[in-house]
Amino acid sequence: MDYVPTNKFIIWGHHFTSVAGAAPIIGPAIAVIWGWGPAFAWVILGTIFFAGVHDAGAIWASVRHKARSIGAVTGDVIGPRARSLFMIVIFLVLLMVNAVFAVAISGLLVNNPSAVVPAWGAIIVALIIGQMIYRFRINLLAVSIIGVVALYALIGIGPSVPVELPESVLGLPANSQWIVLLFLYAAIASLLPVWVLLQPRDYINGLQLFIGLGLVYAAILLSNPSIVAPAFNSDVPAGTPSLIPLLFVTIACGAISGFHGLVSSGTTSKQISNEKDVRFVGYFGAVGEGCLALAAILATTAGFATLGEWREIYGAFGDGGVNAFVTGGANIVAAGTGLSEAIAVTLLTVMAVLFAGTTMDTGVRLQRYIMQEWGTIYNLPILKSVPISTAIAVGACLALAFGAGGVDGTGGMLLWPLFGTTNQLLAGLTLLVMTVIIVRLGRSMWFTLIPLSFLLFMTTLALLVQLKTFYDAGNWFLFSLDILILVAAVMVLLEAVGVLRKHLRNAAATP
Amino acid sequence: MASDGKHGGAGRWRQWFRRASYCAEELYFGRYRSTIARARRDEEDLFMLLVYSEMMGVPNPASYYTMELQPLLLERFHDWHRRMGMERSPLDHFRCC
Repeated sequence: MDYVPTNKFIIWGHHFTSVAGAAPIIGPAIAVIWGWGPAFAWVILGTIFFAGVHDAGAIWASVRHKARSIGAVTGDVIGPRARSLFMIVIFLVLLMVNAVFAVAISGLLVNNPSAVVPAWGAIIVALIIGQMIYRFRINLLAVSIIGVVALYALIGIGPSVPVELPESVLGLPANSQWIVLLFLYAAIASLLPVWVLLQPRDYINGLQLFIGLGLVYAAILLSNPSIVAPAFNSDVPAGTPSLIPLLFVTIACGAISGFHGLVSSGTTSKQISNEKDVRFVGYFGAVGEGCLALAAILATTAGFATLGEWREIYGAFGDGGVNAFVTGGANIVAAGTGLSEAIAVTLLTVMAVLFAGTTMDTGVRLQRYIMQEWGTIYNLPILKSVPISTAIAVGACLALAFGAGGVDGTGGMLLWPLFGTTNQLLAGLTLLVMTVIIVRLGRSMWFTLIPLSFLLFMTTLALLVQLKTFYDAGNWFLFSLDILILVAAVMVLLEAVGVLRKHLRNAAATP
Repeated sequence: MASDGKHGGAGRWRQWFRRASYCAEELYFGRYRSTIARARRDEEDLFMLLVYSEMMGVPNPASYYTMELQPLLLERFHDWHRRMGMERSPLDHFRCC
């Protein structure tokens, strides 16, 4: 039931659309504050030497272990303690990704009211598509065309029907109202059978990814914009943290992301028909995501008329982000394709909102599964209940979104580097598993050991830097979260050192 | 010749349409194939339990209807009791293996 050998191009399509989302847009869009050079170099080198190795390696490790998930492989290869650590880090990543994406989407919807109708309308389009396919058995190609046309028609009418929420409801500003609505939606979506909403939404998103990426690159080629941002920004705004180590955790997806290991070993490895296809699927999946990150860098550095305008957008660390991608990207798309500025802004906003929204649907569902699994492991029947585990998952994400940035819901992007750190820790654990397997096979371990060491060093350093920032700012919520992740990082580090020492000793003792 | 070219063109279109439909279907169903198959199997397991519940001593108000289905589901009964963790048929008077 689980293993369905599939053509490698189709698997690549699945893999790429599963791993690429809003994160390779948001990370680079924040990181260009240090100039386009460092972000560009980290995305290129990270994709080639880190993400490609990690993604292809995770599929390979899984395929060599009956295509089981990387968490289960960790338990087999390293031990139950590492597996528990893996589960905790996954839970933290999901918690943060849901909170950060809710904050990012709410900001986009407040700043661009023209995107509200198409972004929420896309959910209705997905629901109708699901019914057309499963109930009325309509040809999928025809349904795909209808779905894409409907989505783009909604984008076309979006600027004529802008929607703004009231300034305050029960003391909550518009940002916070959107965050609450988004989590309400994510909770309901995660409870529906996958064929009703998640599957058609993922599909439309995948098509939108190819169309959007093609459109952005075509517009760049046609309009040939000049990069106005400096290659190295020596005049960063006050309060911007040091490039080293923060760059390496601000851009996680697009350079290396632990989340990919979950996809690689969760669904991709079960479709591989031949081990020779692993490199094509894993490596090109990472390259595809790198292309999305590069598009985000181009949009946020070449999408503005002057350096002054760019500096205005990047007035403080975290200020640019996804809104800069939308503004800059829309300028390029409008110049390259002749679309009106309003339509281009709506298009880019909807693209970012759909990517982030689908990740939230899946994220809340996965959190619920983890809760239920903990309920089974620790014999807590209350956690096994679907409504209760969903409520706890959503409640934790809401607490994080508001706890990080206050009830106005505008400061939640402070979580981004912490999310990047946790994501890199997850990647570190996957690289550790791969390194141990390689050592056991008696092959050269440097291709995985160097990225592993680099990631663990940079993430630990980034956590320490951020710890001081949160302490100085008196942000005790983020300070405590930072300590929690730091403990996880130290445990991963100790596990890595202990396991590798043991296996290297064993390898040396074997004649 | 002209007619051949026409047919060739139509044939190419049909082939293109078939290939595009195949890719779209694989992209749509591939990732969720096992999830949906598992959900369908869970549904079937519950249905089998309803159909055979009376024979296991569990009262079933719809037995008048489900009794008629038993012979039709006989071939699936073996797979079902094994999935439920019972190596042999749980029904003394209803052996399948």
